[in-house]
Amino acid sequence: MSALLIEETTKAPISYMEEVSRATPGNCRLEMCIQCGTCGGSCPSADDMDHTPRQLFAMIRADMRDAVLASNTPWNCVSCYYCTVRCPQEIHITDIMYTLKSMAVAAGQYKETLDADFSRSFVGYVDEYGRSFELGLATRMYLRHSPLSIRKTASMGLGMLTRDRLDFSPTKIKNLDQLQAVLNRADEIEETRA
Amino acid sequence: MNKYLFYPGCSMQKNASSYLDSLMAIRADLGIGLEEIEDWNCCGATEYWSVHQLKAHALVGRNLALAEKQTNGTNTVVAGCSACYLNLAKTANYMKDDKVLRDRIEDALAAGGLHYTPGSLEIRHLLDIVYNDVGLETIKSKVVRPLTGLRIAPYYGCMIVRPDKDNRYGNPEYPMALDYLLEALGAKVIDFPQKTHCCSGHMTQISPDVAYELMHRLISGADRYEADMMVTLCPMCQLNLDAYQGDMNDYMGTDYQMPCLYFTQLIGLAFGYAPAELGIGKEFVDARPALAKIGVEVPEDVEVQKRKPRRRKKEEGLPMPRMGEEDGR
Repeated sequence: MSALLIEETTKAPISYMEEVSRATPGNCRLEMCIQCGTCGGSCPSADDMDHTPRQLFAMIRADMRDAVLASNTPWNCVSCYYCTVRCPQEIHITDIMYTLKSMAVAAGQYKETLDADFSRSFVGYVDEYGRSFELGLATRMYLRHSPLSIRKTASMGLGMLTRDRLDFSPTKIKNLDQLQAVLNRADEIEETRA
Repeated sequence: MNKYLFYPGCSMQKNASSYLDSLMAIRADLGIGLEEIEDWNCCGATEYWSVHQLKAHALVGRNLALAEKQTNGTNTVVAGCSACYLNLAKTANYMKDDKVLRDRIEDALAAGGLHYTPGSLEIRHLLDIVYNDVGLETIKSKVVRPLTGLRIAPYYGCMIVRPDKDNRYGNPEYPMALDYLLEALGAKVIDFPQKTHCCSGHMTQISPDVAYELMHRLISGADRYEADMMVTLCPMCQLNLDAYQGDMNDYMGTDYQMPCLYFTQLIGLAFGYAPAELGIGKEFVDARPALAKIGVEVPEDVEVQKRKPRRRKKEEGLPMPRMGEEDGR
């Protein structure tokens, strides 16, 4: 009987808050939020967010999964960690924003396509070469999202080139096979967990 | 000579090569030996972490594993870029604290025949090494060209001092290490209120209007205190404040000309090196007028585009108290 009970318990659906919390490394303390708003008040880009972090955490608690994933809030996080160091409950707010971004990408559910696309393009270059590639990334972003501003972009690119601050071609690490084996395995683990 | 394992990071290879060049120029004077981690890969910046969390940890994990294999005589890894530093430190710390995550990262690393022992490495930023290991007394003793007369806004940015899980900087909002270091070089360091505010990170790429607002807070702050230049310790901060300052001026209707150099370049100047040896001249915002104040002339080998002077936007709002004349400007 007890074995059956345990199985029942483990299969019980976990709350959305629990899901976000478990997907964040370490003990992120999300459930400790007291809705004080110190995070939003400390955030340099709060003005441009659909919801302040405090609101977003209330939405997570209320199981508003779709609205949370569609919010532009995590994508406007600049990773300055002001909220994290000021939170009186020591919640790892910036890390939770990373979790929410990766959840939104996995669910194909994000509004600000430019932000997510930039990150995904960056990942593509790292997976392919082991290093980031600024010229490729910038060119790709502008061709795809703002071809009309190409003159401005080109003049910035030229400025970088004349100052010898931009590589024409990407640098590849030597043991790329090893890196890719590691990343592929991480991918598998991430998928089986999801 | 203290030895360190060195993680240069992608930015230092090219866009921040002046940071690397100036570090290489002064490392012997500082008595620090840097052994580059063999075949290191990208730290994931902020972007990789937004898409795949475990893969980002595995990406950093490979660097940690490679560094651990290379520990002969030192277990300290030093990074000059704040994002690299934070990412390396983050994975190293979480592998110590979170057993489930550690097992997953180990599983992924094993696929590449790699292994990392949590706690085996110490991850530190270059500023911490220079300030704490080299020390101000050694630095003062090497100064041959004091930066007297140069007013500097010390700019730390975010990721070096926050979240700072290892508490290396004492204060996550108002650290002093860079202030004291620049003072030891003879500079007049302003009490810069925005010293740990955000440079906007990758927002210059994806959301320029957010980025320009944030950059404007920093640059106007430094200008209000009549700084001759800002000094930074992170390639992302330098790129935003320098290369995008012109775009920010266009957007905000301002005409700031606030140069932004790396702290290693300032150390190099004070130690008597020529600007060219320190990568000076690769800036978008001309640093020459500021450097002339300490008698340094930069040859015009790089074509620097002169910007047309623009009328400054009228000051709005209530009059703010200005600093007095007492502190020797």
